[in-house]
Amino acid sequence: MGTMSFLSYLINGISLGSVYAIIALGYTMVYGIAKMLNFAHGDVIMIGSYVVLTAMTSYGMNPLLAVGIAVIFCTLLGILIEKLAYKPLRNAGSPLAVLITAIGVSYLLQNIALLIFGANMKSFQSVIGTKQIPLLGGDLLVSMTTIVTILSCVIIMLVLTAFIKRTKAGQAMLAVSEDQGAARLMGINVNGTISLTFAIGSGLAAIAGVLLCSAYPSLTPYTGAMPGIKAFVAAVFGGIGSIPGAFIGGILLGVIEILSKAYISTQLSDAIVFAVLIVVLLVKPTGILGKNIQEKV
Amino acid sequence: MAMLEIRDLQVYYGMIHAIKGISFDVREGEVIALIGANGAGKTTILHSVTGLIPVKSGQILFEGNDITKVPAHKIVSMGMAHVPEGRRVFSQLTVYENLKMGAYTRKDKNEIRESLEMVYKRFPRLEERKNQIAGTLSGGEQQMLAMGRALMSKPRILLMDEPSMGLSPIFVAEIFDIIQSVAAGGTTVLLVEQNAKKALEIADRAYVMETGTIALSGEAAELLDNDMIKKAYLGE
Repeated sequence: MGTMSFLSYLINGISLGSVYAIIALGYTMVYGIAKMLNFAHGDVIMIGSYVVLTAMTSYGMNPLLAVGIAVIFCTLLGILIEKLAYKPLRNAGSPLAVLITAIGVSYLLQNIALLIFGANMKSFQSVIGTKQIPLLGGDLLVSMTTIVTILSCVIIMLVLTAFIKRTKAGQAMLAVSEDQGAARLMGINVNGTISLTFAIGSGLAAIAGVLLCSAYPSLTPYTGAMPGIKAFVAAVFGGIGSIPGAFIGGILLGVIEILSKAYISTQLSDAIVFAVLIVVLLVKPTGILGKNIQEKV
Repeated sequence: MAMLEIRDLQVYYGMIHAIKGISFDVREGEVIALIGANGAGKTTILHSVTGLIPVKSGQILFEGNDITKVPAHKIVSMGMAHVPEGRRVFSQLTVYENLKMGAYTRKDKNEIRESLEMVYKRFPRLEERKNQIAGTLSGGEQQMLAMGRALMSKPRILLMDEPSMGLSPIFVAEIFDIIQSVAAGGTTVLLVEQNAKKALEIADRAYVMETGTIALSGEAAELLDNDMIKKAYLGE
């Protein structure tokens, strides 16, 4: 049974890692393109989850429709946050101004949620259902949520990669991430591209929120904070600014976390996750897939 | 009527008064050189024309339209391309992807392909290296790529900032040959250069800048003979 329980932990780890990866995509894309760390990103996840919960429990919507509404809501929220809080500071001279504002936005979102939904934990009903699927002749039970989570992550990765590679807006993102001035000279609307990046990242955050709360069905205004930080770690781990890096970093982080919980200590699992990050950064400061930035003459 | 007309331009960089009331014009088909020492404000002028930095006062007219307040990303589709100082190619994209980026605002796929062929004809080296990552090109090749990328927008006027900077003499000669042939093809050129001799040799007219003002202007051939120019900029 040792192998089976290991496999089951591994799959759970990949599933949790998929959620981290989806969140990390938002961090890494915003960092790559707007050159800022959006520390409010984790709280967008929480807002998305509350939107789904409200749509389902108060308005009796079906889960798919509720998720759709949450994605649209968070997309608009992301655009709004960028326009109101970050854009005015983009040329403030100090990157710290935007960073501190992002922390402020994070607290703002948490406290708005606190005001509207209260501090009590709300139980989140899985939008996917609680069915268990027997695999390998019934020795291994995997929940539907786990499978949907992993599949979602893979599909999001593939679609996003194709979007960046094949569409004009995607190419514009690459150009802006490398050189905003040169991108403008090509006729690329830099502000629009940054807006689009926030929109995509925040829409993905809503999906991540739903998946996370389906697996761990409790929701408070602080639900997004820790996964947000861990997804940030995942993004740095994989090489911040790199999309495949966010994917690899997220999955690895999830697997390390679950395996530590299973075999070492539940209490220490977060400490182990962060310790691994420190070791990786000591060995390779740019993260697993991070590029060394060379200054050209 | 002038193709590009600058009227009493004033530009500040923070507290620094970088451009102190400059006026000049570029007529269709001309090659105009802006020469002068480092810090004279040559690059600042190009940046204000293409909207990369805001203008304090004055007017910039392109083909009769006031473009003083037009944002940078709307300039290129009006027919003006800017090859920035230091090339600024997208170093992580391939040569081909860089060139395609130059045609970002154009829609017609056939026309874009024609422009690509034309650029490859002008720069055979770029075609040989079309799948190479731009960051791995030599400085001269990157300059060619930056020029090719600008030409992909099919500009009627090309602004070039220090194209010879950091290049070996062979590449400098090659780049200037190409600028001449681009101009001969009917594209108007506004050229900013520290290499005053080279610039004056291919220009029709030139403006000599000193700390934010125009100190001297005239036919390029006359300026090449001007004693003060010879002393200050040509090292003779």
